[in-house]
Amino acid sequence: MKCLVTGGNVKVLGKAVHSLSRIGDELYLEPLEDGLSLRTVNSSRSAYACFLFAPLFFQQYQVATSGQDPLRCKILMKSFLSVFRSLAMLEKTVDKCCISLNGRSSRLVVQLHCKYGVRKTHNLSFQDCESLQAVFDPALCPHVLRAPARVLGEAVLPFPPALAEVTLGIGHGRRVILRSYQEEEADSTVKAMVTEMSIGEEDFQQLQAQEGVAITFCLKELRGLLSFAESANLSLSIHFDAPGRPAIFAIEDSLLNGHFVLATLSEPYPHSQDLRSPELCRPAPQLQAHSTPLLDDFANDDIDSYMIAMETTVGCEGSRALPSLSLPPGLQPPCSPGPHSEEEEDEDEPSTVPGTPPPKKFRSLFFGSILAPAHSPQGPRPVLAEDSEGEG
Amino acid sequence: MKFRAKIVDAACLNHFTRVSNMIAKLAKICTLRISPDKLNFILSDKLASGGVSMWCELEQENFFSEFQMEGISAANNEIYLELTSENLSRALKTAQNARALKIKLTNKHYPCLTVSIELLSVSSSSRIVTHDIPVKVIPRRLWKDLQEPTVPDSDVSIYLPVLKTMKSVVEKMKNISNHLIIEANLNGELNLKIETELVCVTTHFKDLGNPPLASENASQARNPEQMAEVHIDIRKLLQFLAGQQANPTKAVCNIVNNKIVHFDLLHEDVSLQYFIPALS
Repeated sequence: MKCLVTGGNVKVLGKAVHSLSRIGDELYLEPLEDGLSLRTVNSSRSAYACFLFAPLFFQQYQVATSGQDPLRCKILMKSFLSVFRSLAMLEKTVDKCCISLNGRSSRLVVQLHCKYGVRKTHNLSFQDCESLQAVFDPALCPHVLRAPARVLGEAVLPFPPALAEVTLGIGHGRRVILRSYQEEEADSTVKAMVTEMSIGEEDFQQLQAQEGVAITFCLKELRGLLSFAESANLSLSIHFDAPGRPAIFAIEDSLLNGHFVLATLSEPYPHSQDLRSPELCRPAPQLQAHSTPLLDDFANDDIDSYMIAMETTVGCEGSRALPSLSLPPGLQPPCSPGPHSEEEEDEDEPSTVPGTPPPKKFRSLFFGSILAPAHSPQGPRPVLAEDSEGEG
Repeated sequence: MKFRAKIVDAACLNHFTRVSNMIAKLAKICTLRISPDKLNFILSDKLASGGVSMWCELEQENFFSEFQMEGISAANNEIYLELTSENLSRALKTAQNARALKIKLTNKHYPCLTVSIELLSVSSSSRIVTHDIPVKVIPRRLWKDLQEPTVPDSDVSIYLPVLKTMKSVVEKMKNISNHLIIEANLNGELNLKIETELVCVTTHFKDLGNPPLASENASQARNPEQMAEVHIDIRKLLQFLAGQQANPTKAVCNIVNNKIVHFDLLHEDVSLQYFIPALS
């Protein structure tokens, strides 16, 4: 593989790496026919981020040297980021950046051609890996919001940088509401300040969602994409579904696209998170319409019984039909139903990966392996999990 | 109990923001007292604050275009709320480009001071930021501990030097000792001293001027050269100085020998009194 980036695109690439670095510790680099893909996932598998740079983004783009299979590699994010650490320096001094991957050497070579004939070469070690691919499809999400990134960047300004979770939804009068989400701690005597930002429908290029829908996700993980989109002056689309199902944040232009897929809180909302303020409340709480009584029970089930049910899906009678259960009525599962389907969401099994951080209330995203699409559920879980992943 | 107030003027808003930033630096948790004419930020001299007390007062009509309050009863027409000062200053920080700011006392599952800010927006629709600051309503029986402290009869009263200079001096001294001696006389001289086994450092400020004395008898008895001093915890002085972002309109320091130092400042139209007791 060989890619050559020149001019202002070097900084764009650097910014993308910065955004990805806020999500995960390892960067998956894969040259595809469509372009160079950079992906990462966080340790609790609740956030996945991916940038795809089209061949036109590069002055030269060569997927594979003749006769060789395209290489896929996994690099330490820290190492790759160190090449692009100073964006100001990239802008001022770097003319060209060449990324090459040679199957024979076990090094990813990133060479920066700078002013005054200075050439900086970074030889980064990598590991071969399976392709990291999250299963998601924005087209299947019923709710879409789209706005210039600047609008969303301004919208998150009132929230402290340390704030983890935020709820996004549609309030009364079709206003888009962002509200800080605090986990309710029974023993805390000091309550935290709640901040809410309300934006009018007119600021959005697209608003396809009814009043009352809302999702809660980790704002910190989104900030990386927001700042990238703001600097590139792009619009950000948010595709989401019922609480618990991942939300997809996407940006796109002719040379690149980016997708951040974040898990959303699956609990039915505590009453305090009703985004329609009490004075303006409608008589029928629309939020409940999405969840069938069965779903509510399901959401409260403990993790173990969910896991067991999943593994015995094949040929068992009497157990609930899981794929349809996890979706509100009327939606098709994005992947083909059947025992070999790759499920949309999954929980980390605490017992199998003791080293990982305790599962948050967020469901983790499920990653399939591109190399082996057909897996029986009873087989080894086709998560990208390497055995060494245990240190989390 | 009811409280609703509104600020529409940008200058008033900025001033109120500066006041809340100052309070946030001086006291982590403070009491906000709301009365028909005034707002007070109070820190009472409990053990928790190490004996430091603060009384900040502003006239509501200098800030708010609308102001309505109803205390807990007609006879006691005041509201005392305890809150985390940083929450208020953080909330006001988002009001830099505001068209209007409203504050009101609300009850959203627990009592809150809700700050609602209407932002200027390029598009036709407005953007509204709402901050719900949790507060604790202080019951009537505890009000007696939160009254304006009586200004002690001081031995020496002197105008302070430029606070920024004082702050940089005290900041350096903090690295040497926790124990600072502040002394002043009626001749316009103020000294900041630290003494350790190895070193003594004194910074002398001269020609500061003394305010006219309240009681004539006391002044005649006292030798103008004689210093009145107080030994205080340097960190408390530093915290006080760090909270002053701009140089005040008026700054007076009153010293009661070996008892207490009292700072009396006026920032435009907001008065601040800060008391630091002597180290026991």
